Amino acid sequence: MANILEVNGVEKKYPGVIANQGVSLHVREGSIHAIIGENGAGKSTLMKILYGLVRPDAGSVKVFDKEVSLKSPQDAIALGIGMVHQHFKLADNATVLENVILGSEPSRFGFVIKFDEARRKLLEIAETYQLDIDPDESMTNLGVGERQRVEIAKVLFRGAKILILDEPTAVLVPQEVTELFTNLRELVNKGLTVLFISHKLDEVLSIADDITIMRQGTTVATRKPKETTKKELAELMVGGELPKPKAGVQNISAKSILTIKGASYSRADGREILRGVNLDLHGGEILGLAGVEGNGQSELIELIMGLMTPSAGTVEVLGLNAATTPTREIRNAGVGYIPQDRQRDGLLMSAPLWENRILGHQFSQPMAKGIWVNKGSAAEDSKRVVEEFDVRTPGVNVLASALSGGNQQKFIVGRELSGDPHLIIAAQPTRGVDVGAQAIIWEQLMKARTRGAGILLITADLEELFSLSDRIAVIYGGSIVSVLNPATTTAEDLGLAMTGAISA
Amino acid sequence: MTKSRIFWGTLAPVVAILSSLVFVYIILAIRGVNPIDMFNEMISYGFQPRNLVSELNQTIAYYMAGVAAAIGFKMLLFNIGIDGQYRMGAFFGAVVGAAVNLPPILHVTLIVITAMLAGGLWAAIAGYLKVRRGVSEVISNIMLNFIAAAIIAFLLSEDLLGVLPKGSQNLQTPQIPLSGQMPTIKAFDGEIYSFLFVAIAVGIAYWVMLNKTVFGFNLRATGLSFRAARSSGVNAPGMIFITTVLSGAIAGLVGIGTLLSDTHSYSMAFPAGYAFTGLALALLGRNHPVGIFFAAFLWSFLERTAPVLEFEGVPPEIVIVMQGTIVISIVVAYEVVARINLRQQQHAVGKVNAEASSLKESQ
Repeated sequence: MANILEVNGVEKKYPGVIANQGVSLHVREGSIHAIIGENGAGKSTLMKILYGLVRPDAGSVKVFDKEVSLKSPQDAIALGIGMVHQHFKLADNATVLENVILGSEPSRFGFVIKFDEARRKLLEIAETYQLDIDPDESMTNLGVGERQRVEIAKVLFRGAKILILDEPTAVLVPQEVTELFTNLRELVNKGLTVLFISHKLDEVLSIADDITIMRQGTTVATRKPKETTKKELAELMVGGELPKPKAGVQNISAKSILTIKGASYSRADGREILRGVNLDLHGGEILGLAGVEGNGQSELIELIMGLMTPSAGTVEVLGLNAATTPTREIRNAGVGYIPQDRQRDGLLMSAPLWENRILGHQFSQPMAKGIWVNKGSAAEDSKRVVEEFDVRTPGVNVLASALSGGNQQKFIVGRELSGDPHLIIAAQPTRGVDVGAQAIIWEQLMKARTRGAGILLITADLEELFSLSDRIAVIYGGSIVSVLNPATTTAEDLGLAMTGAISA
Repeated sequence: MTKSRIFWGTLAPVVAILSSLVFVYIILAIRGVNPIDMFNEMISYGFQPRNLVSELNQTIAYYMAGVAAAIGFKMLLFNIGIDGQYRMGAFFGAVVGAAVNLPPILHVTLIVITAMLAGGLWAAIAGYLKVRRGVSEVISNIMLNFIAAAIIAFLLSEDLLGVLPKGSQNLQTPQIPLSGQMPTIKAFDGEIYSFLFVAIAVGIAYWVMLNKTVFGFNLRATGLSFRAARSSGVNAPGMIFITTVLSGAIAGLVGIGTLLSDTHSYSMAFPAGYAFTGLALALLGRNHPVGIFFAAFLWSFLERTAPVLEFEGVPPEIVIVMQGTIVISIVVAYEVVARINLRQQQHAVGKVNAEASSLKESQ
């Protein structure tokens, strides 16, 4: 098979920073080519170069054996290169068809949109590549996986032959990932080429035909999945041995620190989100909460944090009734909370790091002294977090929004683990962070457990779930359907429980 | 870091004022007036001692309006109700002040507290509607401005709280006795309201509250991210309500300098339009008490010197054009400066990332 895309010696420097250097990439036509690397390894810059958003300082890009100079995304699209962004760019108040044609409407005289023709073309694409989409469905009714299919259809509609997918699985649940991979297989079977950016090794090994590893702005190696191992890939990515989470001493106390009895919650519109949830967490224990997103996890967290009140049942946190105790007192009692949406719930994006260190701890020593905020200790302790959690920042006066997502997450975890909380609610603690940061976060969570803290771990990452949890509770349709022992449970068992195939 | 923060903080207002000067320069040049001469004349007129005093007194009122708007801005509230709150504050301050007889300091304190209560309670209506009913504070405040003006007009009738002084056509509240008046400071051929000191104290209190206290932290956190503040344990809806009331209480002080040191009674002659001015000044002063002070002074200065333009046959409305272009430029300039600043920070972060990676490599 010929190379459809060839990148040789590409270089991109920003003042003081080398984003790409000596980057070489050879993509075979009709293959799925994965690019993996830590956050900040230069994957995004390379993709931006390929999509015409950034122009390289040196090196060549060849498409179909012809050297090209991409000045804008329009150039890239004209050459058959399409980009599926990580964060979808879709209009909610329009239909699937309208979204697909937006910006490249087939028209008569330049202003009358030929909807029939567009619909025909879209249905043709859907059939050829077996994409399950309905042109007339309203965007608001679609889930994340379906939205992603629309994004893919949008790119195909513009005649893309090479599809770049930027961390497409970051937003998907396991079932949707499987569906996406089936779709991607179908695309390459029909002759298209897929460039797949990720930092999840399992996924890359299962879907890619070739894997190119990037580190520090350069491409370090290309491997075939059959000829490599997860360990080798991880080492190529981080440039050394991976730190492993230590199992630690199991030190489960008899005292229950979180007791949920028959907790139910109904939304204002009457929909029952949680039905009679029973959970029990002890000190020194990590209880994994597994489940497809949207089965009541977010609501359960809000009940525990005292942000909502249950319609029935009781939630007892460190001896406090969460229904009647304000969130600040629950936090003050010693609860750390790593929210799943870090930018919306966990950070003041346009405030400096030291102020973000105060957030959630502003009602007690040492961040507050009486009515006063203690800036000195906030700045000092921010520095400690930055150091201990390897947050890459020039200082603590930097705005949170200036950090990359992985570094924001490390800072949040560091903040929530300070002051040695008794209970830690960790929702997707390593979502979107690279393997190095993941290892740090896992290690710190294990350390907290050894110290005697109880951790409720809500995660969609099965590896995380199995390697950290002492017990796994499965939530489905707002109920806990089973509680499993990770040592004796297989991923298949868990998958069945998560999809409601077996119930307690 | 501190130096660069001051630099970034002042860059935008300076750019905005300069670009507005350029704009006005062009307009004046088109009219055939020498702009430089014009500016010179405005400056020498504006800095005449007598005029400085009246500018300073006007600055006090503008300053209170600016601080009231700034508190709201910190919570992403657009307090367009400053007009109504200021009227309620000045009116009830005047009514209560005229109705009692107390020792001097106590009397003045009572008037000030009454004004803050009246302004705060009036704003509380908008705050309640926003937090409990989801009504935009912009809509409710515009309505409340009209309602406040109407209520005061109704109460100012002669058979209720108003009196008609001999030889006057203007209904007003009864005179506040001497014990409820604030002295003036005689300086530069004029009299400066001693309420200036109250204004300065409010500015300092505002800054300390916002930047040094937990309450201020919670206020800013809620303004920056409602959800993050709520997750951190802040009663976010409660903070929105309290901030609205605080903003209204400060707005209640807008007319008090004039009331206590000059007119000693409230009349329909009290000017309108403080809401828009206050919002513009808070924007120009970057919600910072010192910045707002300079902005308020600039506004008073421009308005005081407007008549100079008339002598040269230039319509004095050019001053309004100037104020308008400053406000428009400031919004643009802030956005640009904020982006440059963020990019610089991201750049610094990128550098650290690159260094950390090469460090790992060498180990």
